[in-house]
Amino acid sequence: MPTTSAIALAASLLLAAPAADYVALPGGRFLSALPADAKAEAVTVAPFRLRSEPVTNAEFLAFVRTHPQWRRDRVARLFAEPRYLAHWQAADALGPDAPPQQPVTQVSWFAAKAYCESEGARLPTWYEWEFAAAADATRADARKDPAWRERILGWYAHPSTAPLAAIGGEADVYGVRDLHGLIWEWVDDFNSLLVSADSRDQNDPDRLKFCGAGALSLRDTENYAVLMRVAMLSSLKAADTTVNLGFRCAKPADAENK
Amino acid sequence: MKSALFALAAVAAAAVPLHGHADAAAAAKNPSYVHGDFGPPRGDPIHAVLTAPPHVPAPTMRNYPAKVIVELEVIEKEMPISEGVTYTFWTFGGTVPGSFIRVRQGDTVEFHLRNNPNNKMPHNIDLHGVTGPGGGAASSFTAPGHESQFTFKALNEGLYVYHCATAPVGMHVANGMYGLLLVEPPQGLTPVDHEYYVMQGDFYTTGKYREKGHQPFDMEAAIAEKPTYVVFNGAEGALTGDKALTAKTGETVRLFVGNGGPNLVSSFHVIGEIFDRVQYEGGTHVQENVQTTLIPAGGAAIVEFHTEVPGSYVLVDHSIFRAFNKGALAILKVDGPEDKSIYSGKEVDSVYLGERANPNLAAVTQATKAAASGKLTKEEQIKAGQQLFTGTCSVCHQANGEGLPGVFPPLAKSDFIAADPKRPVQILLRGLTGKVTVNGKDYNSVMPPMSQLNDDEIANILTFVLNSWGNPGGRIEAEDVAKVRAEKPATPAAGH
Repeated sequence: MPTTSAIALAASLLLAAPAADYVALPGGRFLSALPADAKAEAVTVAPFRLRSEPVTNAEFLAFVRTHPQWRRDRVARLFAEPRYLAHWQAADALGPDAPPQQPVTQVSWFAAKAYCESEGARLPTWYEWEFAAAADATRADARKDPAWRERILGWYAHPSTAPLAAIGGEADVYGVRDLHGLIWEWVDDFNSLLVSADSRDQNDPDRLKFCGAGALSLRDTENYAVLMRVAMLSSLKAADTTVNLGFRCAKPADAENK
Repeated sequence: MKSALFALAAVAAAAVPLHGHADAAAAAKNPSYVHGDFGPPRGDPIHAVLTAPPHVPAPTMRNYPAKVIVELEVIEKEMPISEGVTYTFWTFGGTVPGSFIRVRQGDTVEFHLRNNPNNKMPHNIDLHGVTGPGGGAASSFTAPGHESQFTFKALNEGLYVYHCATAPVGMHVANGMYGLLLVEPPQGLTPVDHEYYVMQGDFYTTGKYREKGHQPFDMEAAIAEKPTYVVFNGAEGALTGDKALTAKTGETVRLFVGNGGPNLVSSFHVIGEIFDRVQYEGGTHVQENVQTTLIPAGGAAIVEFHTEVPGSYVLVDHSIFRAFNKGALAILKVDGPEDKSIYSGKEVDSVYLGERANPNLAAVTQATKAAASGKLTKEEQIKAGQQLFTGTCSVCHQANGEGLPGVFPPLAKSDFIAADPKRPVQILLRGLTGKVTVNGKDYNSVMPPMSQLNDDEIANILTFVLNSWGNPGGRIEAEDVAKVRAEKPATPAAGH
C-alpha cells in the first residue's frame, strides 16, 4: 500500500513539466531606461542565466502540491491577497480557466520568490529583466527600432478580456521567449524602482506617480514599452496579484542548467 | 424637468444667501480664513451621482458643506472611434470623456478609484480641482484589481479637468483618460433649461483617418502632435444624428466644455450661436457676447446661450480642418417655431455680380416686384436701369454715357442708337465685334454679350439709355428682349 505522501510525490512528478530551461545571457554595460543615478551613463549587468519561458500553471500546480503552504486556501494573507490563484478551479486543481501551458498569473511577489527558490533560482532583477527584454530575434538591443516598440505597444492596446495564450512565443537572440506580448512579470527589486539617487529631485519617492514626474527621471521618455513596465511594477505591493502578472526565474551565470 | 429645476432653485436661492454672507463675514474677520473652507462636513455622507456624457448630474441644491463619496472605476475597453473603426480606450467609468462629477464648494470629497481586475495597466487620477500634491495622483496610484481612497476639500469653485497621470502620462491621456469635475459656487449656478457635457480630445492611430478595423495607438504621431482624430466625446459622430444634443427655441443652454488634449488647444465655437456668457477657463470671471472661446488642453469653459430660432447648430473646433477632416463636429438640434424677425431663412436667391454690390439696388428690387405684378412703369424702368447701368455698363461707356474716345463709343446723343433704337437689344444679347461709326468717329473693338443679364434687366438698362443724355426716348420692354433672344443668332456681320 503506497502512502499518501508517496502518491502526492508521484502525482507531482507526473504533473511537473520537463525541467525548466535556463539560457545564458552575457550581461555587460547597459543603458537602462531608469539610470541608477544621474551621473552613471550605463549600468553593469553581470552575466546571468534566465528561464527561457515564464512559469506555467502546470509548473506552479506542482509547486503548491509539494509546498502546500502556498495553496490559495493555506497561504498567509500577508503573503498573498485574496485574489491569489483565484482563477484556478480549486486550491490544487487548474480547471478550464487555467490551461496547463498558460503562464501562471494572479501570483504575489512572495509566492513567485518562493517558487524560484524551489527551483534553486531567484527572481531576476529589474536590470536583468530589462537587459533581456531589450533583445529581439536578431539583435541584443532592438529598443531604438520603432517597429519593435510598435509591436510591444500592440499588446498593451488590447484589453485582457480574452484568455491568455500558451507560452512558446518566438525566441529572441538568446533563446528567451515571451518577454513581451503575453504577461507582466515580477522582478526581485520591483519596489525599489521608484527610489532615486538623483540629487536634483531630493529623492522624491513619488516621482513616477504623477503627471510630468516620470519624464524627469526617465532617460528614455520615448520608450513607452519599458515605461509602462516600470509604471506597472511601481503600482504593486508584494502581496498583490493581477490577471496579467506572472514571473520567470533567474540564476547566476555559473549555476548548472538543470 | 425644467419646472422641478426652478422649484428646487427657488428653495436654494432662499436659503443660500444667508450662508454666503456668513462665509464672507468669516473671511473678513479672520485673515487666516481659507478660501472655500466652510468648515467640517455636515449631515449624512452623500454618494455622488455620476453621469455619462453628454449628461450632467443635477445641481447639488445644498446650502451646507457635506461629505461626498465619489466612486469611479477605470475600465480599459474597445469602442468605436469612427464608423467601422475601433480603438482601445482607457476610461474613467466606461466612457470618454469620463463620468461627470458635481460637488459644492467646501465639500469634503472622499474619492474611491477602482481599477477593474481585467485591466492591464495601473492608473491614477489627477483632479485639477484638488489642492494637494499631484492633484490626488500620488495617493491614487492603483494596480489592476485594486482600489485606492483619498479625501480632499473642494476649496475653489469652478470647472476642472481630471485625468490619469500614470507614466506614460501622454499615452494614458491620449487613450481617453479625462473628464470634468464641477465645483459649484455656494449659491449654485443659475438655473437653465439644459446642461450638457462636451469634451474634446485628440487621438493618434497607426491607421489613417477612417481606415477601417481596430487601430492601435501611434506613439510617434502622438509625440509629433499630429492627431488622426480630433473629436467631441470620444468618437466621431458621438453627438450627431440620433445622438445630437437637443433643445427647444426660447431656452437657455449651458455647456460644460472640457478639453482633454493631450496636445491640441480648442477654438470652441457653435456655428449660428453667440455665447451670451462664457466662464472662460472654467473660472469665475464672465465674458459676454463671445463667438469663439479658447479652451486649453487640460482646461475647460462654461458657455451659455439662449436659443432663438430652430435649426441645427454645429459645435466645432474652429481650427476648422479638425472639424471637417478629423471629426471635431457635434450638433445641437433646436426645435420650435420660426421667428422671422430674428432670422428670415432665405429670402432671395438671385445672381450676384461683384461690381454691382456697391450701388443701392433698391430700385432694381422695386422694378423686379413691379414686373412680377405686371405694373412696371417706364419711370421705374429708368430708375432700375440707371442702377444696373452703373454696375454693368459705366465701366466702359462711362457714367455720363460719353464713352472713351477711340476705344468705347459714346451712348450719349448717339446717332447709332437713334438710327435704330431696338438695335442695342441685339448688341447686349449677342455682343458686337468690329468697326462701327458713331457720331462721325470710327470704333473697332469688342463688346462681349451680356449673357448674365435677364430680359427685365436688359429692358430696364436700355430704357434708361434711351431716356438719357439727349437720346430719343422710348421704352424697351422685357418681351422685346425675349423676342430677340428667341431669334436665331444673326451672322456676326449682319448687325453692321
